Amino acid sequence: MRGAFFLAWRHLLHHAGRSAVIVLAIAVIVAVPMTLRDVISAADARLTERAEQTPLVIGAKGSRLDLVMSALYFGEDRPEPLGYREVDRIWDTGHAEAIPVHLGFYAADAPVVGTEVDYFRFRNLEIAEGRGLAILGEALVGSEVALREGLSPGSAVISTPQNLFDLTGSYPLQLNVVGVLAPTGTADDQAVFVDIRTSWVMEGIGHGHDDLVGADARAVEFQVITAENVDSFHFHGDVGAFPVSAIIALPFDQRSSTILRGQYLNEESIAQVAVPREVIAGLIETVFAIAQLLDRIVLIVGGAALLAIALALHLSIQLRKKEMETAFRLGASRIVTLQLVAAEVVILSALAGTLATLAIWLARTQFADTLLEILAT
Amino acid sequence: MIDIADLEFRRAGGFRLAVPALTIADGEKVAVVGPSGTGKTTLLNLMAGLLLPDAGRVTVGGVAVSTLSASQRRAFRARYIGQVFQDFELVDYLSAAENILYPCRISPFLPVTSDLRQRAKTLARDMGVEDRLARKPAALSQGEQQRIAICRALLAEPPLILADEPTGNLDPDNKDRILDILFAQAAASGATLVTVTHDHDLLPRFDRVVDFADFVRVAA
Repeated sequence: MRGAFFLAWRHLLHHAGRSAVIVLAIAVIVAVPMTLRDVISAADARLTERAEQTPLVIGAKGSRLDLVMSALYFGEDRPEPLGYREVDRIWDTGHAEAIPVHLGFYAADAPVVGTEVDYFRFRNLEIAEGRGLAILGEALVGSEVALREGLSPGSAVISTPQNLFDLTGSYPLQLNVVGVLAPTGTADDQAVFVDIRTSWVMEGIGHGHDDLVGADARAVEFQVITAENVDSFHFHGDVGAFPVSAIIALPFDQRSSTILRGQYLNEESIAQVAVPREVIAGLIETVFAIAQLLDRIVLIVGGAALLAIALALHLSIQLRKKEMETAFRLGASRIVTLQLVAAEVVILSALAGTLATLAIWLARTQFADTLLEILAT
Repeated sequence: MIDIADLEFRRAGGFRLAVPALTIADGEKVAVVGPSGTGKTTLLNLMAGLLLPDAGRVTVGGVAVSTLSASQRRAFRARYIGQVFQDFELVDYLSAAENILYPCRISPFLPVTSDLRQRAKTLARDMGVEDRLARKPAALSQGEQQRIAICRALLAEPPLILADEPTGNLDPDNKDRILDILFAQAAASGATLVTVTHDHDLLPRFDRVVDFADFVRVAA
């Protein structure tokens, strides 16, 4: 068979273009469904794990999926904000801890998450470098953001407004990086955390005096909170009305959880409660249903492609009939044709398998995150 | 070298070849002539064991070819017979060097050895195509292609060379040159050469001419 492999290799090289197309076709047929399964499984595991760690999420009525994805993954589709008084109300029920999550701003190409110190304890987030949040205007950055943007304690990032045509008059805020979080392999690695009051400053609810930095008075660029001016920062209005995007509720026990959930069954309530585990399970079910549909499509397309490849090999054999006859006359067995075809199939399969494995590996390492991002947005 | 006796071969369509007796001595250069369709190529195929006679005996180098098994006949062809074809029958996707070694790639009876590789180079040098070894057939002239084909036929130093109109597709200059090479190589290795040809101008160069018209009988 060594001779057959040599000849098969030479034949494939002679028809390099055709061989490349066949290898690519086989690799795609193999890699696409496997990659899809792999990426979905990885995403499923990661989504489910974080969902199961988050008992309840409370937010304005609307899409439960948007609510959960924004609270867990800081997604772009956010529900309408609730007033901060809902956080106090949950605490006051005595059934759960309440952790506010404020979203809407971005810094260092990452979502800015306004929350309270309880969030870091709840998510077991450790500070790898620097210290925790102490005053307004400070930020803790996720490990991936820090790595990507080269941030460390002492760095500063500027928040971007909620939209390009922000007419509310809120200026971008310089966020002073005081710490970098240890990597967790979750969405927390890809976020910038600030105290929720800092988020409200970015909203324009709170402000200080003499805090604007710019080339001149007519071209103000951003706000800066420093040790010198932090005391001048203050908020106007009722804190209870200040916005939170979602509230993570941590019931003290099952009974508390049931009672708390029952409180949101009232149709007149402007808030709703979502169980992330259930919402994510529904999402995963939908994704798997789509994946199954894709599997069937890939199966049909793959079958057609394999038939085309078989036809190409058959035509190749037909074109090589004269060579086979010469080989027989020179002392080869009649089965040399089968040997050559088998050798070509083995080589093509090996190359395609290698390519498919590489693609699957790349997908496993690269695209699982991408899928999570797609689902989160 | 070759001893044929009472040979009969029939093929569908009424073709019948009968050779009562034909003997070719070791080292002899024999031309086989005759009208088209009379079975000249069939006779070469019978000598090579590619076809089996319906009756009679074909002995090559003391071996009764028709008594060999299929596997033995393949080994016999690979080791004892060098074949040259009219249209060269080189493999288009292999270089000239790889084409010379082609029999080693398709037959388990002729493994590639360093000696054979060296012989391939020597043959190519003797044929004047040493600088063409890296080229594929499409990049070779017809004369060069036939010389490569002859190198392939002589690779295993076969005692018998069967050439089926080896100069049929060549221009007059190349014809003489190829025949010179074939004769020289056959003489150098002491091989017997049986050549089918339609070119009667070449016949004086052979030791003997066998006219096929004497053998053919078309069935009624």
